[in-house]
Amino acid sequence: MVTTARPARAKAPTAPARRLRVPKAALLLAPSFLIVGVFVYVFIAYTVGVAFSRNWRAAVPDFTPADPWYANLHNLAISPRFQADIRNTIIFTVLFLLLSVVCGFVLAVLVHNVLYARGFFRGLFLLPYALSFIVTGVVWRWLFNPEAGVNLLLQYSGASGAYEKLTGHPLSPAWLTSPTVVGDVSGVLEQIVPGGHFINTQLGIPLALIPVVIAASWQLMGFVMAMFLAGLASIPEEVKEASMMDGASGTRYYRSIAIPLLWPAAITSTVILTHVALKMFDLIEAMSGSGVGFATDMPGVFVYETTYRALRPNLGAAAAVVMLVLVCIVVVPYLIRHGRAQEREAA
Amino acid sequence: MTATITEAVQLPTRTTAQLDRERARKRGRGGRFQLVLLILLVPVFVLPFYVLISAAFKTPQAADVSTMWQLPSPFSFDGLSEAWSKLAPNMLNSFEIVIPATIISSLVGSFNGYLLSKYSFRFSNIMFTLILVGMFIPYQTVLIPMVLFLRTIGLYGTIPGLILVHVVYGIPITTLIFRNYYAAIPKALVEAASVDGAGILKTYRTIVLPLSVPGFVVAGIFQFTNIWNDFLFGLVVISDPSKQPVTVALNNLSGTQSVNWNVVMAGALIAAVPTAIAYLSLGRFFVEGLTAGSVK
Repeated sequence: MVTTARPARAKAPTAPARRLRVPKAALLLAPSFLIVGVFVYVFIAYTVGVAFSRNWRAAVPDFTPADPWYANLHNLAISPRFQADIRNTIIFTVLFLLLSVVCGFVLAVLVHNVLYARGFFRGLFLLPYALSFIVTGVVWRWLFNPEAGVNLLLQYSGASGAYEKLTGHPLSPAWLTSPTVVGDVSGVLEQIVPGGHFINTQLGIPLALIPVVIAASWQLMGFVMAMFLAGLASIPEEVKEASMMDGASGTRYYRSIAIPLLWPAAITSTVILTHVALKMFDLIEAMSGSGVGFATDMPGVFVYETTYRALRPNLGAAAAVVMLVLVCIVVVPYLIRHGRAQEREAA
Repeated sequence: MTATITEAVQLPTRTTAQLDRERARKRGRGGRFQLVLLILLVPVFVLPFYVLISAAFKTPQAADVSTMWQLPSPFSFDGLSEAWSKLAPNMLNSFEIVIPATIISSLVGSFNGYLLSKYSFRFSNIMFTLILVGMFIPYQTVLIPMVLFLRTIGLYGTIPGLILVHVVYGIPITTLIFRNYYAAIPKALVEAASVDGAGILKTYRTIVLPLSVPGFVVAGIFQFTNIWNDFLFGLVVISDPSKQPVTVALNNLSGTQSVNWNVVMAGALIAAVPTAIAYLSLGRFFVEGLTAGSVK
């Protein structure tokens, strides 16, 4: 179609022709740009509108502002469930990042240096990444069943028996069904923070989150490993040889040469894993749901259930806006830095 | 002199295996130590796969959680066939969603990537960054208007509606993958075509597209995995269980009390097979997609 329309102008481009082509590329990008723009920015604006309106319903889209305007956010802030969600998100993100990034780095160093079956190990450790969170959740849910899986291994290995000798009862955690929150600091906080009586949840580490952290790390550790492996492969062999020649030991080499060069890979993995953690939904749904006393609840689950089960879209939208803000705090500085690097490259 | 010449001649013919052996000599027993550590780590990674697969082949009588770690004996396909009879329609739905969505979003991403990497126009960087944001947003923030929009155009609750959603939210990542991929194609090639009088579209069709096969494999496998593994959109856009994708059906199956746990495991195995096969057969491209898709 295009070819037939064009043969008359088949000659070397003159200056004006080249200037004409510039907006044409932009014009051809416009459809994608517009549709993504609607699905991302217009939709987000709409959700923000719902979050600040009093009684929006799908059947009656009424945008009368809430009174006061932040009423939905205030209801979220005092809701024990949402307080537990924020606590869980913070605890989950920290533990998940520690486990995945540290183990992913160790795996990358091992796989990079192993001399046999490197492809096999790399492939195996990355395989969970290809699975869906639902599959992972279903499997780990059974592994952390109190009567099965991990607890059976504790029993077989004698760990449970040894624990029983020390404490008098066998080591058989309730895992996902545990209501225990360790290291509760809410009482202390209520006394320090003025007006701190708004804290309606136990601020500690819910033990039921540990299995979720393990399952998520099992799935994403391989991704971190792949990022670090790409970083390690990009270090020229000469740099390594030169450092060895200067008498640097293995640990010294990693401390002063490899790790500084791997910093970009570490930042990228951290940003991506953090945004996965903040958006966590599928894995929770498949593994544990909200848990006992919301021990494994997360904002992603809260938004879905509040909007579509409890039919309170205003509150659900407010929680979604909180999620967006959390993700933006992590991702926007990263994208800005990336954009600047692009411009420097172009210049 | 002769020695250096033969070395120079031999250099490119050395295989990776030979290079590995040379590195091994330099490093002494280093490699063996790492091998032992890795072999010790393998069981930790494999345990979930072991339970998943062994449970799927157990008889209903042998599928007791207290004997979870035992091998299936007797070996049985009962669990698999029961899971298949429940999930087969949803597997088909997943394929009907994933295949068109993967192809369309890769094509659109390829065209965008070409425009963004080969033509510089005002605001191109800012447009690209604005598109890119779409891959990071929590989709919970777009659900309410998205459902309204799909209702308005009559696609709510339908597979084409879900395809549309996956295509649009796939554009950021495919654009990124292709933009990075086309950076390696020399600009001179595109300029030569335009000197010959080819326009933007013709250059894309005749010069760029034929060079894009590896890029399509990378973007394709990445999108295939992402869309197959989606749960949230499938759950929100389609409420009719017979039209839902397999991830949603598996989660429903897993929440059903009357279904034996080994049937759920068999279902998980069935739902995992397509992406596992894609990954095992095209793993190299999968890794490329990961590193390309991570905003270097």
